[in-house]
Amino acid sequence: MKTMSFSDAIDDALGQAMAGDARIILMGEDVQGMHGGLFVRFGRGRVRNTPISEAAFLGAAVTASMAGLRPVAEIMLVDFMAVAVDALLNHAAKLETFSGGSWQAPVVVRTTCGGGYGDGGQHEQSLWGWLAHIPGLSVVVPSTPADAGGLMLAALELGSPVVFMEHKLISSVWLDFLGTGGRDTVAYDIPAEGTRGMVPDAWEPIPIGKAILRRKGSDITIASLGVGVHRALEAAALLEGKGISTGVLDLRSVSPLDKEALCEQVAHTQRLLVVDEDYEGFGLSGELAAVALEAGLSFKYGRVCTQTTIPYARDLEDETLPNVRRIVEASEQLILHPV
Amino acid sequence: MSPDPWKLYGLMYKSRKFEEAVRRIWKEGKISGEMHLGMGEEGIAAGILSQLVEGDALALDHRGTPPLIMRGVDASSLLREFMGKPDGLCGGMGGHMHLFAPDLLAASSGIVGAVGPAGAGFALAAQMLRPGTVAIAFFGEGTTSAGMLMEAMNLAVVWKLPMVFVCKDNDWSISTPADTAVGGNLLARAQAFGMKAWEVDGADVLAVWSAAQEALQHARTGNGPVFLWAHCVHLEGHFLGDGLLDMTRRPMYSFRKRAWPMMRGLFRRGGASPGERMASMRQIASQVIAIQNQTSRQKDPLVRTRQVLARKDPGRLTQLEADIQLEVRQCVAVALGSEGRES
Repeated sequence: MKTMSFSDAIDDALGQAMAGDARIILMGEDVQGMHGGLFVRFGRGRVRNTPISEAAFLGAAVTASMAGLRPVAEIMLVDFMAVAVDALLNHAAKLETFSGGSWQAPVVVRTTCGGGYGDGGQHEQSLWGWLAHIPGLSVVVPSTPADAGGLMLAALELGSPVVFMEHKLISSVWLDFLGTGGRDTVAYDIPAEGTRGMVPDAWEPIPIGKAILRRKGSDITIASLGVGVHRALEAAALLEGKGISTGVLDLRSVSPLDKEALCEQVAHTQRLLVVDEDYEGFGLSGELAAVALEAGLSFKYGRVCTQTTIPYARDLEDETLPNVRRIVEASEQLILHPV
Repeated sequence: MSPDPWKLYGLMYKSRKFEEAVRRIWKEGKISGEMHLGMGEEGIAAGILSQLVEGDALALDHRGTPPLIMRGVDASSLLREFMGKPDGLCGGMGGHMHLFAPDLLAASSGIVGAVGPAGAGFALAAQMLRPGTVAIAFFGEGTTSAGMLMEAMNLAVVWKLPMVFVCKDNDWSISTPADTAVGGNLLARAQAFGMKAWEVDGADVLAVWSAAQEALQHARTGNGPVFLWAHCVHLEGHFLGDGLLDMTRRPMYSFRKRAWPMMRGLFRRGGASPGERMASMRQIASQVIAIQNQTSRQKDPLVRTRQVLARKDPGRLTQLEADIQLEVRQCVAVALGSEGRES
């Protein structure tokens, strides 16, 4: 075991895979600069800068994967997926079904997500619910360096389209690129356990679709993803001081969703609080309630999500994104209801 | 090397006879939804498809039948697919707009513009894994207004991809005349991206063959993408049941369905001035007249080639057509099976 940053873990796992499989290439805007270690190691044929043409290179990555390559296409920010989503929505996601199972698109779409560093709502969205809504896509959102590397390896091995999302607040390379800009005059609320942590000496794939219980609790289950997991853990520590035993379930992927783990925890605590940095309406938070209800469970439910366009002003942004105070308050509300 | 007109005519004739059968079966209601036929485009498809080699890839639009037939996809399985049968090309899951033949690296899409990125991805795989092979993207002139296609042209140029962009220009973007939908000159547009470009009459299969030979040679030898602008007609309009064509072919039916709402629009209170309303009516009328150009026999690639072959060797031509008719009849019979008789 060794320690590694979240950013390095992803490139390290990707590099391990690229060294073993010449079909894997990385393509996207500025990837040669953003992933300099991979560029130098594998060269410009396999680490390819693209024009600022998400629709072209994401679509190209899909058919390149159908024709024998294993492309990792990087959409710099998931917000930019809006101009390229046809490649996923109408093509990658539908290929296996439309072809009667005869053709797959083993493409990994690597993209950053999330806010908390003052970029506003065109650069800080989560959108994993929007993508996971589409049948045929896997959507992975790691919260620790070890998960990030292991899930990247699994994404490369899956054989079907995967959207792999890196939260910028725990990805030091991206945060420096977009938020800090080399200054020491700005500070953001960065969860330390997400940014840097223990990783294995050699990467092994972590199965996609398996949630992990980050903290055991008997009164409330908080289900979350990405940075939300760390906010929930911080809130759980505060709630413990108030006599509320809070479990934290890290879903690790939106699709496939680990329904079994979710239902097991909800059955145990009979209270579910969803902390979702994505939009509240028509998304993951409602889906988790539906899944637990369909399983016949009876439970109290609450959610802390993003409800509006993320504003630029830092204080307003902090209130818009799920924060520890809102999680603690919502948990206390749930405890008021007897189960 | 010179083109073999007999081979080219055979490819076109088979595609035409197959699509005529598809049209009949569609009219009988055994194929649901839309049906975009490639009748009128066969000259473009044959001129190019006849020169492809193993490993070349096809990014096809919603009009994928002629290229797939010419590439050798089993016609029965194609027809079974159109009919939504489990033994169709894609198990009945795709239908005519979503056809996939992985062994031939051929994929179609019903999203206008998507063939650009799709072709670029196939070409990237060709460049990295199968040097000397190319990817062909087929699209109409309406697609040249789609951002995805223009982005893909730029990507193909900067990556020097082995790709042939083939524009099948029938002058109509669905039912909007191209002169009101496509800006500038497409040859100049392609050249502005840095591509070598050819303009050719798609009804002249030998001319298409010659232009395609140069274009393919350019792309295969690592010189980057090329653009082929080929003019054609759609003998069945945008799709079967095309509204504008229907007005010329089934005026009474069309009057009830389309002309009556327009007449009411002419007299309803509130709206544009009477003069502008009349101008709208005149525009529709002139489009109805103009659409008949799509059914011109002079622009039918089969008619033109057939005239040449009939002069050369009428006996051979009769035999060739009879053989293909039999082949298509048999494959239709196989596809229809217990569904009903074939004719």
